[in-house]
Amino acid sequence: MALKFRGVDFIDFDSLLSEDEILVRDNTRKFVEENVIPGIEQWNRDGKFPRELIRPMGELGFYGANLKGYGCAEMSNVEYGLVMQELERGDSGLRSFVSVQSALVMYPIYAFGSDAQKDQWLQAMAKGEKLGCFGLTEPDAGSNPGAMRTRARKDGNEYVLNGEKMWITSGSIADVAVIWAKVDDERGNVRGFLVETDRPGFKAADIHGKWSLRASVTSSLSLQDVRIPASNILPKTEGLKNALMCLNQARYGIAWGGVGAAMAVYDCALQYAQFRKQFRDQPIASHQMVQEKLVWMINEISKAQLLVLHVGRLKDKNRAAHYHISMAKRNNVGIALECARMARDILGANGIADEYPVFRHMANLESVKTYEGTNDVHTLIIGQQITGIDAF
Amino acid sequence: MKILVCMKQVPQKDAPLKLNESGRWIREDISYEVNEPDAYALEEALRQKEKHGGEVVVITAGPGRAQQVLREALAKGADRAIHLEGDEFVGLDPVNTAKAIQAAIKDDAFDLIFTGLQSDDYGFAQTGVILSELLNWPHATIIMQIEKKDGGIRVKRELESGDFQFVEMPLPAVLTIQSGINKLRYATLIGIKQAKNKPLQKKAFADVQSAIGPNLQQIQRLYIPQKTKKTELLEGTSTEVAKKLVEKLRNDVRVL
Ligand SMILES: Cc1cc2nc3c(=O)[nH]c(=O)nc-3n(C[C@H](O)[C@H](O)[C@H](O)COP(=O)(O)OP(=O)(O)OC[C@H]3O[C@@H](n4cnc5c(N)ncnc54)[C@H](O)[C@@H]3O)c2cc1C
Repeated sequence: MALKFRGVDFIDFDSLLSEDEILVRDNTRKFVEENVIPGIEQWNRDGKFPRELIRPMGELGFYGANLKGYGCAEMSNVEYGLVMQELERGDSGLRSFVSVQSALVMYPIYAFGSDAQKDQWLQAMAKGEKLGCFGLTEPDAGSNPGAMRTRARKDGNEYVLNGEKMWITSGSIADVAVIWAKVDDERGNVRGFLVETDRPGFKAADIHGKWSLRASVTSSLSLQDVRIPASNILPKTEGLKNALMCLNQARYGIAWGGVGAAMAVYDCALQYAQFRKQFRDQPIASHQMVQEKLVWMINEISKAQLLVLHVGRLKDKNRAAHYHISMAKRNNVGIALECARMARDILGANGIADEYPVFRHMANLESVKTYEGTNDVHTLIIGQQITGIDAF
Repeated sequence: MKILVCMKQVPQKDAPLKLNESGRWIREDISYEVNEPDAYALEEALRQKEKHGGEVVVITAGPGRAQQVLREALAKGADRAIHLEGDEFVGLDPVNTAKAIQAAIKDDAFDLIFTGLQSDDYGFAQTGVILSELLNWPHATIIMQIEKKDGGIRVKRELESGDFQFVEMPLPAVLTIQSGINKLRYATLIGIKQAKNKPLQKKAFADVQSAIGPNLQQIQRLYIPQKTKKTELLEGTSTEVAKKLVEKLRNDVRVL
């Protein structure tokens, strides 16, 4: 039995939003309801990324929505966040795709690219005509990207890249990869490079057998003597910190996404608990232990909304620090995963079937908890900020 | 073509409705959305403008919250909006609503006025028709297609049991639009951004009050139907029961 999502707002959160913010949210919600929800369980089952949604999402302006110019919508960070929330209410995989395109590919080109690079890529990426991926993680460098082995060597007017990247979202469907590599001539300093994926020596292979983010493409990349023009370096990248700046953009969106996934599982569990009857013909929502779970969920969701809205308002004033964003990502994804597990419990056996969205969200959120800085890594970022001691 | 689209904000379709204290209408603390046929009317106006050029103006009569309907319409591509703003507009009957709209647009010259076929809350299906009478314009209802012709339009009306009727009419005219006439677009994020700079004119109840009289139609009482469940057991042999059942289905339930 399909339960229609009714939105979640316990604390009159909407009174904190402007009319335009509400319009952005409702419009995205409608798009997701009509274009994602009907197909998502099947795509997830088949491990299929819904390519047919790429262009429609481009037409609506979802890619690079908070960038200015190049056909981008110049949304505020809160409006952009609400789009992420609604996309992830549909599916974390879809949100991941949009996050990568926007925050991890368009943003570095926008922030660190040359004018020629911006002209070449941004407009086409905003429309969804060109897709991108972000290659930072490697088989032996995850939480500690500084340990990366990928190398770039200057050779005349070219760079030659060698290395392996792992767990790369959209890797095999991308037209361009933002590859982070240590530059030999610069004493191993990390720089970003735009690598067109049809260059000789570039290979992408999909990672199969995932239990999570099944409606999103995850690939490994192999670069063997890939030659790119020297002009493909992102000129304003100076070190690993630029990669982390991209992650900051994406993590901010993920913090909103967590709210969306949590709303989806909470609303489903609430509706289910109201019609499912056990003992004396009473809905299970009438039992104290079920209510306790639902209350925990709405309590945490309400706090998560306030936290991420606050960080968004700070970001709009250019005052959001990376550790603020870490707190929002860590908290919101953490509570979303906990909500999903509780919702799974409330649904009983139905909780394990894909007739309901709960298990899919739960499995997805395991990835979301790990990528863009694991929960632990964000703990250490916040810990470092408050104690002044690096505990990595 | 210069087209006016009349749009109303109504309670969301699956909102849990509660009666208000007067027992004549519902409590306000629910979610609202644009009336569905009005969304189709807007879409049709935008398509006509894309084909033939011109201007699309949207108007709503309702409290402050109803502005959301206009914002969405501007984001989808309407050129400007008029908000008859006030709680007083909520209780107006169709005659007075039509009179208020007529007064609000008296300085404009439209070729076409679209309304939705009916509103999802009151369901009168009257406002557009009455407005055409007040303006002394021709009108056609339940429109499924609009084609521009020399000196007028040709419209397709939906009739009973899958029949259609084609009508040619001169301009200006009022059309009430049926849901499903086209496929609705979404507002784009850029559209939402641009809408911020489009004109939204506000008019108060006082500005149109002189055009309005007492309501001719009044809601006396609103109530939620009592749930009743009557189970009737048909007795006898299976042949007799089958016969009784067919009779019931034919005469009482009328599904045969
Ligand atoms: C579906 C999916 C998509 C992804 N997409 C991308 C992408 O597009 N681009 C990209 O570059 N990467 C991507 N990633 C990779 C992701 O960013 C990494 O998986 C993540 O950074 C963690 O690295 P790891 O998997 O190597 O885990 P590890 O770093 O090996 O961590 C394993 C565990 O050890 C803990 N740990 C590690 N170091 C410490 C420490 N100092 N103190 C305490 N605990 C520690 C971690 O918290 C974790 O619990 C994706 C991952 C997934 C699952």
